[in-house]
Parts: sequence; C-alpha cells; structure tokens
Amino acid sequence: MNALFRGKGWSFGFRSAIMLYFVILIVLPIVGIYTQSFSLGWTPFWESVSDPLAWKAVLLTVKLAIIATVLNMFLGTMIGWVLIRYRFPGRRLLNSLVDLPFALPTAVGGLMILLLLGPNSLVGGLAERLGIEIVFHEPAIIVAMLFVTFPFVIRAIQPLLEEMDKSEEEAAYTLGATRAKTFFSVIFPTMLPGIMSGAMLAFSRALAEFGAVVLVAGNIPGKTLIASVYIFGEIESSNPQGAAAVSVLLLTLSFLILWTVNLIQGRRSDQ
Amino acid sequence: MMRRIWITLTYIVFSLLLIAPLIKIFTGSWADGWSGFIEGITRPQSLHALMMTGIIVVVVTGLNTVFGIMLAMYLVRAEWIGRRMKRLLNSLVDLPFAVSPVIGGLMIVLILGPNTIIGTLFEDAGFKIVYALPGMILATLFVTFPLMVREVMPVLQEIGAQQEEAASTLGAYSWYTFWKVTWPSIRWGVIYGVVLTVARSLGEFGAVLVVSGNIMNKTQTATTLVYQDVENFNVVAANGVALVLAAFSVGLLLLMEWAKKRKEVH
Amino acid sequence: MHIEVRNLNKNFGDFHAVRDVSFEIEKGHLIGLLGPSGGGKTSILRMLAGLESPSSGDILFHGKRVNDLPPQERGIGFVFQNYALFKHMTVYDNIAFGLKVKKQSKEYIRERVMYLVELTGLKGFEHRYAHQLSGGQRQRVAFARALAPEPQLLLLDEPFAAIDAKIRTELRTWLKEMIERVGITSIFVTHDQEEAIEVADEIMIISKGRLEQKGSPWDIYKSPETPFVASFIGESTIVDNIAQLKGFEDAASRPGTKALIRPEYIEIGKPGEIKLASATLPGKVKHLHFRGSEWMVELLVGDTKLITYRSLEKEVLHPGDQVSVLVHRAYLFNDNESWIAENKLKVDPMPIHI
Repeated sequence: MNALFRGKGWSFGFRSAIMLYFVILIVLPIVGIYTQSFSLGWTPFWESVSDPLAWKAVLLTVKLAIIATVLNMFLGTMIGWVLIRYRFPGRRLLNSLVDLPFALPTAVGGLMILLLLGPNSLVGGLAERLGIEIVFHEPAIIVAMLFVTFPFVIRAIQPLLEEMDKSEEEAAYTLGATRAKTFFSVIFPTMLPGIMSGAMLAFSRALAEFGAVVLVAGNIPGKTLIASVYIFGEIESSNPQGAAAVSVLLLTLSFLILWTVNLIQGRRSDQ
Repeated sequence: MMRRIWITLTYIVFSLLLIAPLIKIFTGSWADGWSGFIEGITRPQSLHALMMTGIIVVVVTGLNTVFGIMLAMYLVRAEWIGRRMKRLLNSLVDLPFAVSPVIGGLMIVLILGPNTIIGTLFEDAGFKIVYALPGMILATLFVTFPLMVREVMPVLQEIGAQQEEAASTLGAYSWYTFWKVTWPSIRWGVIYGVVLTVARSLGEFGAVLVVSGNIMNKTQTATTLVYQDVENFNVVAANGVALVLAAFSVGLLLLMEWAKKRKEVH
Repeated sequence: MHIEVRNLNKNFGDFHAVRDVSFEIEKGHLIGLLGPSGGGKTSILRMLAGLESPSSGDILFHGKRVNDLPPQERGIGFVFQNYALFKHMTVYDNIAFGLKVKKQSKEYIRERVMYLVELTGLKGFEHRYAHQLSGGQRQRVAFARALAPEPQLLLLDEPFAAIDAKIRTELRTWLKEMIERVGITSIFVTHDQEEAIEVADEIMIISKGRLEQKGSPWDIYKSPETPFVASFIGESTIVDNIAQLKGFEDAASRPGTKALIRPEYIEIGKPGEIKLASATLPGKVKHLHFRGSEWMVELLVGDTKLITYRSLEKEVLHPGDQVSVLVHRAYLFNDNESWIAENKLKVDPMPIHI
C-alpha cells in the first residue's frame, strides 16, 4: 500500500472527485459526440459525411497537412541539428524562439501571416505581381500550418541529439567513413524516431488547426475550406448533426495517429 | 563550409516564419498612430474581451493545476489503480491534444447546449452554460487539461517513491509528506506547467468561439474579438488587441524558457 | 521489542515472493536476513515496516497485531538501500524530520539532533546537503535520521550495498557498535555472508521466499540444516562419491549420498607435515591462485576435485606437487536426510595406554 496515501485526509471521496473530474471533462464529451452524430441514425450520418463539400474539405485538410508536415520534417531536422550541434551568436535566442508558436494565440498567428503576406504587404504585393497567390489560397494555409507546428519536430529530435553518444560517430570516422556517410548511417537513424514522432504530432496538429487558418484561408467551399472551418460553418448554420458527423471522421483519424505515436514511443522506451 | 550554409538557412527560416510576422504586429498597430492604437484597445468591447480572457485564464489555470497535480500523483503512485487501468487512463489524458478545438467546442454544445437535457436543467436554475462564461471555461479546461498532468508525471517518476516512503516511516502523513518532500521536487515542473496552461488558455480560440457564440460585450474573449475585427476589416483595432496578446505571449515565452532551465537543474 | 511473524505470505501477481515464513525476535537483538537476491528478504522487511501489506499471515509487535497499522504508527526506523535522504533539506533538517512531524519543541529537537550528529561522527556537516556528502556520510545521516524519533525497531535494507568495499568494512563495524550502544532491536537485509556473519547476533537465511534456517552465525556454519544453507555459507565443493574419501567409507551404506566439503575442513601438507598421517589421502596439486592474503589450491584426490586455502606462511606449493590431504569433516546429504560426519579415522588408531 503506497505509504503516501494511507492515513487521515485521503478518503474515498477525494479519489472519486479527481476521477470524476477526469471522466466528465474528457471521456464524456468524446463519447457524447460519437453518440450524437449517430443519434438520428446511420443514413443522416452518411448523408452529412458524403456531402461533397464535406469530404472535399477533409481531403483538402489531409493534403495540405501532409505537405506542411513534410516541409516541417526537413526544416525541423535542419534547425534542430543546427541548434544542438553548432555554436554561434544568437543560438540561445533562436532556441527560445522555437517555442513561440506554443505561446502565441493561433488567431494572432493568423493575423500576423495575413499582415505579412496579404495583398497590402511587401511580400504579398510582390508575389501577386509574379502571379503567385498566397493569402486566401492554399499556400497561406500551408504557411499557417507550418507556423503552428513549427516546434514539434525540432523539440522531438533535440533530446535525441543531445543524448547521442559522440563515440558512435567517432568510431565511424576511425573506420574511414566520410562525414556524409557517418551522418546517414550513424546519426540519422538515431534521429529518425524523433523525426517520425514529431512529424506525426505535427500532422495531427495541422489537421486540427482552426484559428490560424480561418483568418488567412478565405474559406471558399471546395477550394480553401478545411475540415475544421467546415465544421464551424455547419455549427453556425444550425446543423450540429452534420458538424458532428464530419467531426467524428476527423476525430477518428486523429485518434489513430495518436495511438500510433503512443505505440512508437512505447516501443522506444522498451529498448 | 556546410556549417555556414545551414546556420544561414536557419536564420532565414526563423526570420521569415517567426520574427518578421512578430515585428509586423508591432508596426501594424501603429498604422493609425498612437491614438489609433489606444482607441483600439480602450474600446468597451476590447476592455470587456480582455477581462473575459483574464477571468478564463485565472480560473482554468487554477483548476487544472490542482486537479492536474492530483491526477498525476494518482497515475504514478497510487496502488489502488490497476496497472492496466493506469495505462488506459494515461492514454486518455492525451486525448484533448488530438481533438480540434472547434470539435471540442462542438462537444460541449452538444451535451450541455440549450437544446439538451442537462443544459435546460441548469438554465432553468438560472445558470447558463453554453453561450455564457461557464461553457467557455469548460471548453478551455478541456483543451488545456493534459498540460499540467504531462509536466508533473515524468518528474514524479524520476524522483521515485523512496523519499516519500522514508517520510512515512518517520511518522509523516500524506499532506505533510506532500508539502515537505514531494512539492520541493516537483515545484519547477509545476511552474512550467502553469506557464504553459496560461499561454494556452490565453490563446484558446476555436473552442471558445463555438461555445460562446462570440456575443460582443457578453461572451467575447480577446482572441475572438481579433477574429471579429478582421472579419469586419477593422484591421488596426484587431492589430492593437493582437499586440496586447502578443506582448503577453512573448513575456510568457520568456517565463517558459526560464522555468524550463530551473526545471532541469535539480 | 518482541516481534512475531506467523505464516507470512506475499504474492506479487503470480510471483510468490514470500512463502509461509514464521519467526520470533527478542528485544535488543541484531538479526540479519541473509540470502540471494530476489529471495524475498526485502519484501519481508518492507512488510514489517508497513510499506507493503502481506497477502496472508500476521505480524505482531509486543503481542499486538500490526498488519493494519500504517508505517507512521509502527514506531520503526527504516534505512533504505539508497539512503532516500531528502534532497532539498540539510543534514540537520533530515535528521530533525521525524521530530518536527511530532511537533517537538525546538530546544528538544536541537538537543537530540546534535546528539545524533555527534554520535554518527557528522559534526560540522549539519548544514550540508545530500549531494555534498560522500556515500559513507549519507549512510550515517540515514541512520541518524531513522534513530531520531527513538523507534522501537530499526530496519535496514542492504545498508552497505551502495558503498565502496574499503569503507564498507569500517562502516560495518561502526554500525554494529552504534546499534549495541543504542540497544535497539534491529533487522538488516544483506546478500553478503561476510557482513551477516560479522554483524548479526542471529541470522535468518531466506531463499526463494522460505526461511531456511535461523540461528547464530556459528550454529548455521557448523550445523546447516538444509543443503542450500550448507552451500550458501562458506565456499564448498560438492563431492558425488564421498565413499572414496578415506574416513567416510560408511557413507556408501546410504545410497545417493553426496557431500559438501568446506575448504576450511580440508587440510593439505607436504608429506610429513600432517600429524594424523594414517587419515590422509594422497593428492596432487592442479592449480594455484593467489588471493592476496592466501593461496587458493585446486587439487585432485583420486577422481575428486577439492578446493582449499593455504596460508602464505607455509612453504609454497607448485602445480604437480604431491601432497597429503586430510578431510576433517563433511556435510552429507541425500534425498531424505542430511548430517555432518567427522572423518572416522581422526581417532588415533594406536592409542598408547599409560
């Protein structure tokens, strides 16, 4: 019996309160949404989900999230590497800045991107003249997703790089491997689990993002309407059941990803 | 050297993605000069929205800190929960991370909204949940729930139960042991968790937008006000409020990094 | 403090860690729980402390059943293997903890803590933190801390496992002296036989969850009750065919009997060195290993391999040397019984009557 919990003060009631808080806050709502979306039966659920705008939104979200995640993997790996392995002025400042997207409200992030890349700005004006459309088009959504998921891959690979035993690398060098070969055969495999789990978390987040995207996307149905904004739209149009149906789709996808991440991390801790 | 290229590229990415946008917020607020800025943030709806955000941040951080620490202790130390159950609960804790904020808001509306059993029950008693502050607090509680738990759990696992066992053999009961033995070890993890929770509740947007109905001067928060301003093309005002939020965020970021350092020292 | 344990059992899931253990301990005694790792000793100790609850069985202090009492109320002091010092407190505060919990007066606390600080030789270190102390010092703080609230029973879980070999012997002696001085009933767990033999008044040998034997170190050493005990204490050689050895021929009358022979009971010498020449067997030295304070000698007697030790003061032997071997006694056992047999030929076959 754990010594901390014996004795006065820790009653059954206390435990129940904590557990109740947990269950009511987390489990109930999620169960609720699954039941509610099927409350009117399978057909209405299917109808809501097969509405072309709905599945187009989901597909668009997945496509853009994948692009943002892949970009993140490259950028994140490079930046994580630079911040851990190299010493240069401003390194500590940049390292702290990495967490900015965690600290900043998503709506503010969206506004920032709008101001920076919008039609009235330097970059936006330039791009428009070149024929590239950013804001209110897909590129802006990708930028927004990139912004909010920026820290994930970086923070996932940094501890791995820090923990890594330098002697592995040195052994490779003494055996005659070039820097490039060493990187790909020794260092990269160590970073890989971090890149993968960081990417999955980033993907999951990009799928779910609302605040940053809704301000910059233009939200044109079928074109630049992502799933979370679609759901929002359905709620505003007093179609909560339709919103719930598409939510269930998105949720199930996110849960699968979360579960996969748990599996990967579980296996890693067993090693 | 390759090194220089990578470092330069890194700086470019940072400037484009993070630094330039941040600067733009600062400069954009002053587009109409100092008076424009002041006007933007002293509008009645701005002040109200900032106040709502403040209330939500305080309440949510307080509740989730207390419950988060307790839950973390149960999940790591308690022996009355079976091992399988603990693993299940552990994965459940992460759920809010996987849920899009809009869906989070939707869930609360579906269960506690004015068309539901529970919702009408409370409303008859004079206590509105959805489209009122309680609903907004609930939505933010949901979204920020995992943060404290996830910060405290690894610390508890690392320090191990032995010091607490030692305290029990010396006659200390649970509360005394918690304050004198456990708390000094988890203190910095908790502080870091508090900063994260504050930052997240400050910035919560999607869930609150859905649950609150974004009624000006009634259920608007700073973030939903920014949204509304942008939709109404009132960019300068939006900028002003956003600046206040951004300033807080940068401050929180500094606190975050400082607490992170202290957390690792011990 | 009279401690009684009856039919104690502990299961961890499917693993039966402690099986039907029963024993009694007298007040003021220093008991060692000795046995191989994973054998259940620490579980027994923790159940006595109240840190684990038994699956079945009773624990009684002073005749009163304490199974349901939490550790806070049992009046025990516990010294952990890794000291478990409170990292955020000074040495002084660590030792004072048990007293502060009981809300003793500041003066009383100061007196008692300083007394213990002096007793444990930590004077001058009161304001240091755990990470500023050496292993030996930390152990002494843990000891002082456990003693501060004047417990009735002191429990120590492998107190010297994490300490350097050299300091270990010093600390061992110190601990025994301290415990005797304070006069407190103590139980300590160890897997090091040397430690148990040196420190404890009485030893309980625990293996695979069972209590194999309880007795003074000398009793256990001299009269082991089970083959496990016999092989555990001291290094022995197992001999399958004991009847071959001179003086133990009648062991052949009980079939399937094997023997455990301790190196201390094997005497070797150059021909002529051993007095009871008639009881000796010829043997040949196979290997010699230098052990720092003596030689370990591997020899072959007929088909039987034996191990013994030879003092550095005696004439040095070399591999291939012929020696005389005298086996003084062996611990014999078969499936049904076990006993100790003296070499029958040790009686001078030609007594001279005056």
